[in-house]
Amino acid sequence: MNTGLLFKYSMIQLRYFASLRESLGIGDEQIELPDGIHDLPGLSRWLQARGDTWASALADNRLHVAINQEIAKADASITDGDEIAWFPPVTGG
Amino acid sequence: MIRVQTEDFDPGAELEQLQQLNKGQAGAMVSFTGLVRDLNAGDTITQMTLEHYPGMTEKALAKIELEANDRWELTASIIIHRVGPLNPNDNIVFVAAASRHRQQAFRACEFMIDTLKTNAPFWKKETVADGTRWVEPGTS
Repeated sequence: MNTGLLFKYSMIQLRYFASLRESLGIGDEQIELPDGIHDLPGLSRWLQARGDTWASALADNRLHVAINQEIAKADASITDGDEIAWFPPVTGG
Repeated sequence: MIRVQTEDFDPGAELEQLQQLNKGQAGAMVSFTGLVRDLNAGDTITQMTLEHYPGMTEKALAKIELEANDRWELTASIIIHRVGPLNPNDNIVFVAAASRHRQQAFRACEFMIDTLKTNAPFWKKETVADGTRWVEPGTS
């Protein structure tokens, strides 16, 4: 067996929109699912630990979260390959 | 039918298309066209930019249209939303419903635009005299 194929490969896609994207200075990124992180609250805490900008921006309880382009509950679980997006309340129409 | 596009649309032409889609079954067509206002929260708006979430936007609009068709007996329906930079008086959004009788079309049209405003991932950023600002929900 080629053990080179056994490396951990559990990436998740993160996306940020509108005012949140501007606050964070980033619109999307791909990261390895951090060890021990299985749900949105865990992932949010992990991201908030990146620094003050992340802590204050993601602590906004008006933010919505979508998993794989469907609105998700705040305590939803996450798995490998998920696309997770945070954004402020929508203002279209 | 749903469309998300940067280019303008012609509400009259879209209504004609809705009429063609009906194949003579409808007795009523109701439409709503949303425009960029020149004033918001007391300030003059010189430009507006619509951001959206490509992929999720289309899914959200398709879901709204499907739900309208589940709830009312429509013979055809259309949702169009523009994205990118827009100027005052430009078209932003077009929603239309056709049905055998007017009441179904009125209700479906209102449902689609109201639901779009709260459920579809679009964000408005407006340019005023002293810079740009994100529009707060409930004021647009």
